[in-house]
Amino acid sequence: MKYFHLVWAALMRRKTRTIFTVVSVLAAFLLFGMLDSVRTAFADAGNRVSGASQLITMNKLGLGSQLPLSMQSQIERVPGVQAVTHIDWFGGIYQDPKNFFPNMAVGSNIFAVTRDVTLPPEQLQAFQTTQDGAVVGAALAKKFGWKIGDKIPLEATIWPKKDGSNTWTFTLVGIFHANKAGDVNAESQMLFRWKYFDEARQFGKGSVGWYQEQIASPDQAERIARAIDAISANSDHETKTETANAFASSFISQFANISLIVSGIMAAVFFTLLLLTGNTMAQAVRERIPELAVLKTIGFSNRSVLSLVLAEAVFLVVIGGVLGMLLAMAVVGGLKAKMGNTLPMANVAGSIWGEAIVLMLVIGVIVGVLPALRGMRLKIVDALAGR
Amino acid sequence: MKKFLRGLLLVVILIVCLAIWSFLPWYGAVAAAVILALWLVLTRAGRRTLSVTGVGLATLPSRWGASSVIVIGIAGVVGVLVALLAMGEGLSATLRGTGNDATAIVLRAGSKAEANSVLMHSQVVLIGQTAGVARDAQGHPMASPELLLAASLPKKSGQDANVSVRGVGSAAWAVRPEMKMVAGREFTPGTLELDVGKGVAAQFAGMTVGSTVQLANQRWKVVGVFDSGDAFNSEIWADRDTIAPIYHRGASSSSVTVKLTSPAALNQFKAALAADPQLKVDAETTHKYFADQSGGINKLIHVLGTVIATIMGIGAVFGALNSMYAAVATRSREIATLRAVGFRGTPVVVSVLLETMLLALSGGVLGAFVAWALFGHFTASTTAGGGFSFTQMVFQFRVTPQLVWNGLKWALAIGFIGGLFPAVRAARLPVTAALREL
Repeated sequence: MKYFHLVWAALMRRKTRTIFTVVSVLAAFLLFGMLDSVRTAFADAGNRVSGASQLITMNKLGLGSQLPLSMQSQIERVPGVQAVTHIDWFGGIYQDPKNFFPNMAVGSNIFAVTRDVTLPPEQLQAFQTTQDGAVVGAALAKKFGWKIGDKIPLEATIWPKKDGSNTWTFTLVGIFHANKAGDVNAESQMLFRWKYFDEARQFGKGSVGWYQEQIASPDQAERIARAIDAISANSDHETKTETANAFASSFISQFANISLIVSGIMAAVFFTLLLLTGNTMAQAVRERIPELAVLKTIGFSNRSVLSLVLAEAVFLVVIGGVLGMLLAMAVVGGLKAKMGNTLPMANVAGSIWGEAIVLMLVIGVIVGVLPALRGMRLKIVDALAGR
Repeated sequence: MKKFLRGLLLVVILIVCLAIWSFLPWYGAVAAAVILALWLVLTRAGRRTLSVTGVGLATLPSRWGASSVIVIGIAGVVGVLVALLAMGEGLSATLRGTGNDATAIVLRAGSKAEANSVLMHSQVVLIGQTAGVARDAQGHPMASPELLLAASLPKKSGQDANVSVRGVGSAAWAVRPEMKMVAGREFTPGTLELDVGKGVAAQFAGMTVGSTVQLANQRWKVVGVFDSGDAFNSEIWADRDTIAPIYHRGASSSSVTVKLTSPAALNQFKAALAADPQLKVDAETTHKYFADQSGGINKLIHVLGTVIATIMGIGAVFGALNSMYAAVATRSREIATLRAVGFRGTPVVVSVLLETMLLALSGGVLGAFVAWALFGHFTASTTAGGGFSFTQMVFQFRVTPQLVWNGLKWALAIGFIGGLFPAVRAARLPVTAALREL
């Protein structure tokens, strides 16, 4: 650390070059921060703590096929199942298809099964007693400026009413909050009573989309899932049960191999970056050969010269990298604040920063090592003579 | 102050040039290149520029490290940009290329997507008899009621994915004459036989003619592979009356695709549907229906590609600036000598710019070539198509000439920015100081 001013002086020797290189590194890490935030958001969706102890039972034929309501009580009796609810995807549109948010018809005990959100007790009471009652997440309520007591009309895409009309109107009776801070996805849903939905819909009466179970311990997920699937084995409505995490992971992997795309882009970016900063460092050392020779003459050991040049390279990359990551943090934060729930980006924090720091150090050492070796091996006499 | 104003002027010129450049069609660029070439060959200043550029290019091998930074940096930007846009282009081309204006698709009112729509048998019959529907040689309406289902099947990668299964009758082939069997034959109605699209055959495991597939607890035999060149390639087709009871769908359908008497008959057809109180349905040409399904995702990929390329481009610009400033610095004595013997500023500025842009162009060509080589014939699939079935859409990346040209434009723009400032510095070098410098 006591030689820090030497490293700093070396970097400031050609300010323009240092600044240009720092900006290039900054751009690379800005991209890394943003892309990794997307990758993390998708990976997290299949990796929730609550998702390991929740099971989803759906028709083996796929999500578009229904299951009979009678399975509810059969699943309840499976040992290890603590609570069961059932859900139907409603797919309603609020004013404009661009306003997309998940809206579902759920069993009135939904809040006993899902552990991601909390609804105040008196609002839960209202939800369980109001026929056309609906509850929404806080993020959604904020986005559309909804207050308790508001009437919310949804235009059905899948489920028309008995009279053939597509307009369903719900009364907002509660607003729930996510248990995990910043869990915008959990707060961007609208839930309403399945009973009201079932009585008013044109077809499909007495059937449900899928079941969701809360189980005692994640270790038993496999056994319980098999026990639930056994209920309907060889019937005309066989089921497939898996953890909520497994369901989310497979859903995302069908959308795209996000992590492959992100790694592909980042490989191209960092390969270019290596070349670029490597070139800068080679130039910087080539110009300073006589200076390094002077350092050696006045008693700097080979190793100190090596570490000086290495430190310079690492420091150069770290400055750009940290600035880039800070910028990525600001950009992602800003985007999330502006766009809200539809944006699959995780906050740039913890693990993303960790990966970035490791990358900075590795890249710094790689680009520094050849010039540093050159500096270490130079012969004082030759270098001073300019040979 | 003067220096600052000059810098400001340079930036303004740069922005104007880039703005014009971004809207320039390819023939505009060709015209500009021809004018430049004529100037280089025919005028005295041009010939001088050419000779200075020649000297600059001759010294390139001695600074291959710095030059390769420009080439590889720009190749990276162009490669990523072209690959991402080729993905969006491929996906939307598949959807845009599906359907035509001579057939219309009828869905339950408000359902927006086939997978969400349910039509009862009585409605299906009424739709076939509506005015505007063409009739075949026997006088039967050319209307194809179809049931869109989903199945979870293993992909070649081993992972299960959802695929669309379309239950159809014989009319389905009649309203889509573009469907071609590339292997095997059409299924026999009333049997557990399947025809699979070319995309499904490419992405899913065990989809060759003669193999059996486990679908909804039944063993189905694949008897044919069809190629429609569009979104139907991502589907499996089976006999509607055989598969509907297995999926408990009774006599209902998802949609009816009808052949119109003429594209102009659409309005008549729509009006007739609206006039029937027993029908609550929406009708649209099949072309418009599929084009609408592609809107969102292509826009998303386009925005994503541009944002990523811009950030990478900024990095590449500064890399190029670094390299070219260094190049100008090492050649400062040579440039000062030229100035001293009477060369003016223009040849120097243009030659440095030319050199950078040539490097940039080769980087752009390299990047576009790598993108084409890796992804030109790459087949991928994603969750697409509206509705609540979330089935796979198989599509091919499309590296179109338009995309390559777009990438080269980016490359040249980056080269221009990276070369302009060092070029101006070279032209303004104080001759005496530069000559004295050793």
